[in-house]
Amino acid sequence: MEKRVVFRSAWLPYALVAPQIAITLVFFFWPAAQAVWYSFQLQDAFGLKTQFVGLQNFAALFKDSNYLDSFKVTAVFSAAVAVCGIAISLLLATMADRVLRGAMAYKTLLIWPYAVAPAVAGVLWAFMFAPSIGIVTYVLKGMGIDWNWIIKGDQAMLLVVIASVWKQISYNFLFFLAGLQSIPKSLIEAAAIDGAGPLRRFWTIVFPLLSPTTFFLLVVNCVYAFFDTFGVIDATTQGGPAQATNILVYKVYHDGVKAADLGGSSAQSVILMFIVIVLTVAQFRFIERKVQY
Amino acid sequence: MVENRPWLTAASHAVLILGVLAVAFPLYVTFVASTQSFEQTLQMPMSLVPGDQMVKNYSQVLGAGTTTGSKAAVSSMLVNSLVMALAIPIGKTAISIISAFAIVYFRFPLRMFFFWMIFITLMLPVEVRIIPTFKVIADLGMLNTYAGLTVPLIASATATFLFRQFFMTIPDELAEAARVDGASPMRFFVDVLLPLSKTTMAALFVIQFIYGWNQYLWPLLIATDESMYTAVIGIKRMIVGSDAANEWNLIMATAILAMLPPALVVMLMQKWFVKGLVETEK
Repeated sequence: MEKRVVFRSAWLPYALVAPQIAITLVFFFWPAAQAVWYSFQLQDAFGLKTQFVGLQNFAALFKDSNYLDSFKVTAVFSAAVAVCGIAISLLLATMADRVLRGAMAYKTLLIWPYAVAPAVAGVLWAFMFAPSIGIVTYVLKGMGIDWNWIIKGDQAMLLVVIASVWKQISYNFLFFLAGLQSIPKSLIEAAAIDGAGPLRRFWTIVFPLLSPTTFFLLVVNCVYAFFDTFGVIDATTQGGPAQATNILVYKVYHDGVKAADLGGSSAQSVILMFIVIVLTVAQFRFIERKVQY
Repeated sequence: MVENRPWLTAASHAVLILGVLAVAFPLYVTFVASTQSFEQTLQMPMSLVPGDQMVKNYSQVLGAGTTTGSKAAVSSMLVNSLVMALAIPIGKTAISIISAFAIVYFRFPLRMFFFWMIFITLMLPVEVRIIPTFKVIADLGMLNTYAGLTVPLIASATATFLFRQFFMTIPDELAEAARVDGASPMRFFVDVLLPLSKTTMAALFVIQFIYGWNQYLWPLLIATDESMYTAVIGIKRMIVGSDAANEWNLIMATAILAMLPPALVVMLMQKWFVKGLVETEK
């Protein structure tokens, strides 16, 4: 799509894009190029000498069981966050679309967690689930469950999933609600006249018509779980215990900033860039379909 | 509503109320903890009735921070958060709207090249270029400065696309009329495009305010000095050990202070918020 009417100036358009291009070059392209460059290099223990090693950093990564585990952890974490977040928000949005009274109030009361920083969400839940003083821990103890996420990997994972889902529900909810409200009422009415009950109408009409929104949210939630949950992890489990919650992004940060392994961390960055590219392309493909209904 | 099913409506309300309560419960616990004394928060189980230490806790964190963790005053952190939350949306809107204007309303060599350059930034989130970006900031002497905290975050493909999308919907006749009347491009931009873009700008502002306020990884790297901590970083720095070693009453007071401004923005500017959310994702 192009504009038919345009202005003419030899220098003005360049001046207008200059600020954005300058920032993009200095803070995006230059560092990204460096990440690629470092990923082919090996630094000695004192950081004095660097050596070009080709794909050795990548080869080392794929032999490193910690890194492969991190992939698995990320996959489990993203799947759990995406599926739980989408299921809960779809339920809430379907209900909110049904009720006439108080719909606005429910909406307002459900969207505010979007405003909570992931790190703060992590701290809130970590406090409630704290092994010795948490209020939820107390209830769980009463039910005979020994809760201690500081030493138990699967419980730590559960904690970060809960905190991440809690923060993301509002986002999914808004998109589902918008999707539900754009479904023509005549379709639902026709099915009702034909004698289809609410559940049947949901599965045969509403859910298929919502599928573009669902796909879109699936991709967005994966991106969220991959990157934005860094704060949740860093403020609570810090990747532990025993790497049980060490998602890829946290590992890049940990290896690069805390362990100062420049080559290894950069190689991980490059792999992450590929994943982002795949996710971004997926997102754009789904968005194109989203517009069609 | 298609048909009247009283039991189903009641069930819907029940599910929604349950959802609202589940979503609000952590907030309630946080608030209660922030009004109790240190000893009270360590009780097992913690009382779910607000205590009487609210004024004391909040004035302590605002003035002096915690005693065991970070000792930076939360009031200065809130100022830093506010600077980020205002500078990022304003900067982003400014540079995005002018670059979108150039890309939509001019034909020039390299136009598509610039467009793709901006597009590719979508694929380079901070998380994948942590260390090299940190080095660039360090080399430029921008560590622990407001410029270092905000400038690298104001370049954004989504905002540029949002304005581009919006400009495409503006009728060509407006630009034609402006040209016939002899208006310069900048005159057209200021007198026609800017007033028309107000709602888009408002929507973008709300989303970016929250984005700026809630930044975590970036200030974690750039703000190493206590005086530059943002509220979100401050909370993390207040957590020193596990469980009972932390002054949870003070941490929770800080959490409330850190959540309040963006939550208010979302709830009070709901219309703009929803518009911004839905449109920036298109």
